[in-house]
Amino acid sequence: MSVLVRKLRRETWRMRGQVLAIAVVIAGGVATLVMSLATLDSLTLTRAAFYRDYRFADVFASLKRAPEGLREAVEAIPGVQRAETRVVAAVNLDIPGFTDPASGLLVALPEGANAGLNRLYLREGRLPEPGRDQETVVSQAFADAHAFRPGDRLGAIINGRLQRLEIVGIALSPEFIYQIKPGDLFPDFARYGVLWMNREPLANGYGMDGAFNDLVLTLTRDARVRDVIERLDLLLEPHGGLGAIERRDQLSDRYLGAELEQLAGMAKFIPATFLGVAAFLLNMVLSRLIGAQRDQIAILKAFGYGSWAVGWHYVQWVLVIILLGLILGLAAGLWFGLLMAELYRGFFHFPYLTFSPRPQVISLAVLATLGAGLAGTLSAVRRAVRLPPAEAMRPEPPPNYRATLVERLGLQRFLDQPTRMVLRNIERRPLKALLSVLGIAMACGILMVGRFQEGALDYLIQVQYGLAQRDDLTLTFVEPTSRRAILELAAHPGVDWAEPVRQVAVRLIRGQASYRTAIQGLESESRLRRILDDRLQVRPLPPEGLVLSDHLAAVLGAGPGDSLRVEVLEGRRERLEIPVVGIVREFTGVAAYMDLAALNRALGEGDSVTGALLALVPGARDAVVAELKRAPRVAGVTDRMTAIQSFTDSMTEIVLSFAFISTLLAGSIAFGVVYNNARILLTERDRELATLRVLGFSLAEITYILVAELALLTAAAIPPGFLIGLGLIAAIVGGLDSELYRIPMIIEPNVLAFSATVILVSALLSGLLVARRLRHLDLVAVLKTRE
Amino acid sequence: MNRHGDPSDPVFQVRDLTKIYVMGEVSVEALRGVDLDLYPGELVVLLGPSGSGKSTLLNILGGLDSPTSGRVISAGRDLTQVGERALTEFRRQIVGFVFQFYNLIPSLTARENVAIVTEIAEDPMSPEEALGLVGLSQRLDHFPAQLSGGEQQRVAIARAVAKRPRVLLCDEPTGALDSATGVIVLEVLERVNRELGTTTAVITHNAAIAAMADRVIRMSDGRIQSVSDNPVRLAPSEIHW
Ligand SMILES: Nc1ncnc2c1ncn2[C@@H]1O[C@H](COP(=O)(O)OP(=O)(O)OP(=O)(O)O)[C@@H](O)[C@H]1O
Ligand SMILES: [Mg+2]
Repeated sequence: MSVLVRKLRRETWRMRGQVLAIAVVIAGGVATLVMSLATLDSLTLTRAAFYRDYRFADVFASLKRAPEGLREAVEAIPGVQRAETRVVAAVNLDIPGFTDPASGLLVALPEGANAGLNRLYLREGRLPEPGRDQETVVSQAFADAHAFRPGDRLGAIINGRLQRLEIVGIALSPEFIYQIKPGDLFPDFARYGVLWMNREPLANGYGMDGAFNDLVLTLTRDARVRDVIERLDLLLEPHGGLGAIERRDQLSDRYLGAELEQLAGMAKFIPATFLGVAAFLLNMVLSRLIGAQRDQIAILKAFGYGSWAVGWHYVQWVLVIILLGLILGLAAGLWFGLLMAELYRGFFHFPYLTFSPRPQVISLAVLATLGAGLAGTLSAVRRAVRLPPAEAMRPEPPPNYRATLVERLGLQRFLDQPTRMVLRNIERRPLKALLSVLGIAMACGILMVGRFQEGALDYLIQVQYGLAQRDDLTLTFVEPTSRRAILELAAHPGVDWAEPVRQVAVRLIRGQASYRTAIQGLESESRLRRILDDRLQVRPLPPEGLVLSDHLAAVLGAGPGDSLRVEVLEGRRERLEIPVVGIVREFTGVAAYMDLAALNRALGEGDSVTGALLALVPGARDAVVAELKRAPRVAGVTDRMTAIQSFTDSMTEIVLSFAFISTLLAGSIAFGVVYNNARILLTERDRELATLRVLGFSLAEITYILVAELALLTAAAIPPGFLIGLGLIAAIVGGLDSELYRIPMIIEPNVLAFSATVILVSALLSGLLVARRLRHLDLVAVLKTRE
Repeated sequence: MNRHGDPSDPVFQVRDLTKIYVMGEVSVEALRGVDLDLYPGELVVLLGPSGSGKSTLLNILGGLDSPTSGRVISAGRDLTQVGERALTEFRRQIVGFVFQFYNLIPSLTARENVAIVTEIAEDPMSPEEALGLVGLSQRLDHFPAQLSGGEQQRVAIARAVAKRPRVLLCDEPTGALDSATGVIVLEVLERVNRELGTTTAVITHNAAIAAMADRVIRMSDGRIQSVSDNPVRLAPSEIHW
């Protein structure tokens, strides 16, 4: 074995603490990268396979009612490959032993057969047999939430009549990978389910004999989606078409897409930061090592080792560390990836999960790490290689010190010698001190990223459900109803307060931009659905004009004073011009609000409402819910408290897992950075400290010199660390901006406290570890050698 | 002044001192039974070939290293029996060290390098006084990087004597210096010994320096080979090499 290799081995072993600490930082970066990419890959591949194998449609359209014959016209549209008509209906469910309001979506299957598009994957049981009107297949998420098995029964209120249904199968569909009730913020698998039935009983129940109210299409490869949708909308308009949408606007796909985008963002940012920190650490440690080995380098060169041989020697050392980091990181990353992918299965219902990270993921991780690691050490290695032997042989000139700022200010009276040493050490090499501070600050910032989500989501819920949406129950009626219905509801002894809502499906258009949404007509002084401005102050709705959520305003490029074209997608399908009169800040959805009376005037439909908001008398909830479930006019009931509850239940696992993983990673990075700093400090000062010991200083006194510097650097790193954390969070939050929700840039004080604490504890631990080494300082050895 | 002090009251009594360095299979006997007394106020020069155990002996005397067996009595205590705290106290109050490579703190000025010791000693002289003693009153606020080797070594001596130690231990104090600068440093040592009565032990390879001592101790192979008294001490300025 070459002597240089032996030197490498021995030195790596001697510096094993530091080597490990750097490797852990690298591993952190690699693990996040691999975890995010592997999860991303896994979900993307699984989605693609499921969509392909189960013929997920490209275009979706709902309408009021059209004769079956129209299908041929639809199929004649250029670009349409295949069209399938369906009957789809929203229903209230009656689940034995479950008192909360539950609703569902009934989707018709071709009589006794699987669908041609959006085919079902049967997990258990079978499809309904032809002619068996009471047989149903339920979605797996829903079945799991109630522990349904084939043979179980439940009731559905189909067009006002309670029907007993028997579950014969449990299935998954590419259409409902993310199963969420339209308009809801969070999935609630217990209170919202998808049920598939034969077409016959559904058509009978909803007066759709020889007709359909839902349409799904696949397109040919060269089709232009926009054109198809345009032609389709024209065709469906006379039949109450609500406007067709393409796949990426389909609810489940949209959520899935948003989640994948978020993952992709995470795969970019966090590993880059981690690897940056690792590169930086490597540079710091290697510079120091090379500084300490000047004479050895000189001797090697004097004996005829070339610059490359010397450079390669140090590069090898870096490679050893990188390799160690890679192995640790790949293992952890794949494991975390698998863990995350499994977790996602609780949200996204896939029949199977393909977890086979592409080789590219691994090679990307290897390349990125090598790149970062070598970039971080290049300058140090180059310095080693460049050094002429004669110069290197001479000891490094004693460093130049000068009076510090504190002293120039005349404050030295208050400082003892050790403290002056500490200050001068820091001030003499400000760049080095700055870099140390930066390294620790980055660790602090990374810690914040792992933590902020929880608080931000809490805040979101507080604003959304605490300040804005204050109703206990939200009702939707089967169809627009007279306002008298609200009075009847208000008269109910269990109802404390009732307010009307008028919701109307529209397309909002401004210039080239258009957006499909619903205008919510509310009472101007609504108590239960309040409009908040950006300082969370309640604003009354103006008597005329539209109030847009900030996200919608940005999408349309509209502000107060602009006028929007409004295409109403139901009823008499008016074309209106309505001015924008205000913008509100909202974290969820893409809503437009309008005064109820003004909206009805604009629609020319008299005093009709489509739903109601109820505040209940304490304790009356169960009775009211039971009664509403039986009310024929009520299409759906949403319960605010259970919505929040179900969200927190399901989110807790994800948020906690994410927080755990990222805290683990960030914590190890923080420790790696701080510990390395402490060790470097010790190497730089050991001679000085040993001399002081010889001069009669006690262990405690020299420990102070070392630890005070560490403490100062650490303390100095925390404020910029907060700033770095804010920057990272802002970047991440910006990347998560979607129409579904915007994570508020809210950083709870406990996030700051947490990251600062982890940093301080790391510093303390590092300080202790290093201080323990001071005990074993070889007093005699330092006297024998000159630097 | 009685050059040999009171024989009944030596500053150091070394008895049957051995030191064995064990490194895996091999062990090196650096000291093989050393007996030695150092008396108040005397200046002793230790001579001997490289590896003969001079530094090992001096380090044990100064409480930097512990022997394998034997006793070192100073100020009524056996240094080999006391704990870390007492050793620190011993270094703080009783002995002063001067090393071949100065070992100054680069981040402190000359004055502060001395002050760092006077701040923790019981009855020190002022840093200015100590630096005056070594002829560096003009360099009080220079940092080590701004001083020549000889000047740095004189700061180190000032640092060692400022606490008024009972013993001054110097391991090759002129080893890194040219002869002219070396003489200046030796003059300082001689002056401290003479004016303050500090017992001084100087290790050197340079036999010429032995001429300035009261006694010359020759070591070889871990043992004291001979001890000889000098009838007259030469002034350092009369020494050339
Ligand atoms: N830390 C150590 N580990 C092992 N052996 C040591 C150690 N220190 C000294 N020795 C050995 O002890 C013996 C005496 O060493 P010492 O340093 O006392 O010699 P010295 O007389 O001061 O030599 P020099 O004049 O070269 O400084 C030597 O053989 C040396 O190799
Ligand atoms: Mg020696």
